[in-house]
Amino acid sequence: MKIDFFTAFTLGALLVAGSACPANAETDCLSCHGDKSLQDASGHSLCIDAGKFGASLHGSLKCADCHVTIKDYPHPDQVTPAECSSCHADQAAGLAGSVHSVKAEHPCTTCHGDAHAIFPKDDPKSAVYPLNIPRTCGACHGNDAMARKHGLPNVYPMYIDSIHGFALSREGLLVAANCQSCHGSHHILSHKDPQSPTYKSNIPKTCGSCHAGITADYMGGVHGKSIAAGDLKAPVCSDCHTAHAILQPTEAAFRMQSTPICGSCHKDKLSTYRDTFHSQLGALGGYVETARCWDCHGAHGILPASDPRSPVAPANLVATCGKCHAGANASFVQYQPHANARNRKMNPALYFVRLFMNLLLAGTLTFFVIHTMLWLIRSRYDQVKRRAAEGGKNA
Amino acid sequence: MPDREQAAENESKDIQPRGRYFMRFTPGQRYLHAVLFTTFLGLAATGLPMRFSESIWARKFASVVGGFGSIIFFHKLFAVVLTLAFLIHVKDVFTRAWVHREKGIFWGSTSMVANWKDVKDLWGHLRWFVGLGPKPRFERYAYWEKFDYWAVFWGMIVIGFSGYAMWFAPFFARFLPGWALNAVLVIHSEEGLLAILFIFSIHFVNTHLRPDSFPMDMVIFTGVESEEEFKHKRALEYERLKAQGKLEAKIAEAPGIWQIKFSKVVGYTAIAIGLVLLVLTLSAYFS
Repeated sequence: MKIDFFTAFTLGALLVAGSACPANAETDCLSCHGDKSLQDASGHSLCIDAGKFGASLHGSLKCADCHVTIKDYPHPDQVTPAECSSCHADQAAGLAGSVHSVKAEHPCTTCHGDAHAIFPKDDPKSAVYPLNIPRTCGACHGNDAMARKHGLPNVYPMYIDSIHGFALSREGLLVAANCQSCHGSHHILSHKDPQSPTYKSNIPKTCGSCHAGITADYMGGVHGKSIAAGDLKAPVCSDCHTAHAILQPTEAAFRMQSTPICGSCHKDKLSTYRDTFHSQLGALGGYVETARCWDCHGAHGILPASDPRSPVAPANLVATCGKCHAGANASFVQYQPHANARNRKMNPALYFVRLFMNLLLAGTLTFFVIHTMLWLIRSRYDQVKRRAAEGGKNA
Repeated sequence: MPDREQAAENESKDIQPRGRYFMRFTPGQRYLHAVLFTTFLGLAATGLPMRFSESIWARKFASVVGGFGSIIFFHKLFAVVLTLAFLIHVKDVFTRAWVHREKGIFWGSTSMVANWKDVKDLWGHLRWFVGLGPKPRFERYAYWEKFDYWAVFWGMIVIGFSGYAMWFAPFFARFLPGWALNAVLVIHSEEGLLAILFIFSIHFVNTHLRPDSFPMDMVIFTGVESEEEFKHKRALEYERLKAQGKLEAKIAEAPGIWQIKFSKVVGYTAIAIGLVLLVLTLSAYFS
């Protein structure tokens, strides 16, 4: 599209052939480029709406401020594209090292729109106004073919149905996180780049730019401390909440998905949790109030049971269990939410109860299955024999 | 009804008048069985999805009936009804034994309590199965019927206690040790599984599907059975009553056509539900 404007100057120049008038006089340019029917060879309009341009952020500029290669009229057929970087050097420098650095694929106008109708980013008409950003980025990042080509997830639909997306699109909240809140704008880096705000160990800080309290809480917990110590196996915000499809944590869907997420690292704890009534209820759905990992352990500032501030510290168990179980007392909280009935050393009483019940079950059934099978065979044999002897039918 | 057919075949040789029927179960006992099997099916249908909550059918069932909240509601409802039926039965037994001074409740040929003859019968029956001896002759309640009764009785106490301990855990925690709260779920689910597997396979076959009763023994529904069936299945009781001159007192009206049809509908439905649950249980258990 940009090239069209330069071609327009060429054509404009041809129209006023012979004149030595410098092309910085806007009326001169518009004498050709004000014509709505003016098109380049491929049929793109070369018309500039003087009114719109005048109202835009660039309205005070002269044509030649950007189209610097056009000095005179007539101008050549092929003109050098305008360089935004001549004014916006910082942004251009940022873009240069980013994932969008290939200029031919990502000219400034893909995000900012027509340079002749550009508005400040706090103007709702701007393509980079906070409420417009997801749609602007989504033009590419909501495209399946593009996502496949670059091996990226198709994030726009995930984002727009997330709690951030709803806050932005439904409530029009300017403070709702949009794409650039986390990814930045010009200097966007891959999440694999340690400089990126979406690099794993930077995520708590990135989310914390809005969720400061939660991040402070998180950094005080075991996961935050591990991340701070450089252990990238520890989960950050996006490991539990996901990056784009973030749900309201009290929502049934999130409560249903949260347990396997914790269990993907804490496998032994998930396995023993699965044996409990908490898990059995939880798995059936429709009753999302049943205890999930973080109902007892806390969500962000998770502390080991040995820490007196932990909700699962012995002294706090009555209060923690009591959140759901009215009347929980010291004896009640002796219940082990992660008891392992298969472990004789850890849970001897439970181990022997289970062993007894299994032997009772297996013993009773084995005896009676044999007993009843023999009985079936014998009485059928007798029946057939008796009827045959009576000369009747035998079945 | 092979036994009825056989009865018909035998009738020409039989000196007894045609079609005499004898009372085996009182209406109270039949109602008790009806409440027992209805609530048991309900408890099994709502308990199994909890026991095998990871299986696909459990989740499907839960979503159809309105999620876990509705499953546990019905589980508790059936449990309360069954508990009441159990308590009424226990009260009846003690009233009969100690208020009405009825004989033979706790001991003797008509009692549900096991005795030495039951041990001999079991041994004799096993020998007969493999052709090593004659078929034992049974009294009013055979050993496997007593086992069924006591299995339910023991199951009621064990499953009931562990179930209420989970339902009212903070209360039970006042006098139970902490590990017991873990144990009650293991006990409840294993004993429940045993009951389900036992009833839907062993009890169904022993009582209903074996050749002498196939496809269903109607006596628990109609309360009466034909004289031939009585003589064939419980020869000792028949002879004892005859010798005591009490046989005539047991004569009852033949069951009406509607009663048999109704019993068949109810009975086959119960057996069908039970077999479906049995298949689901086995598939979940071995997957």
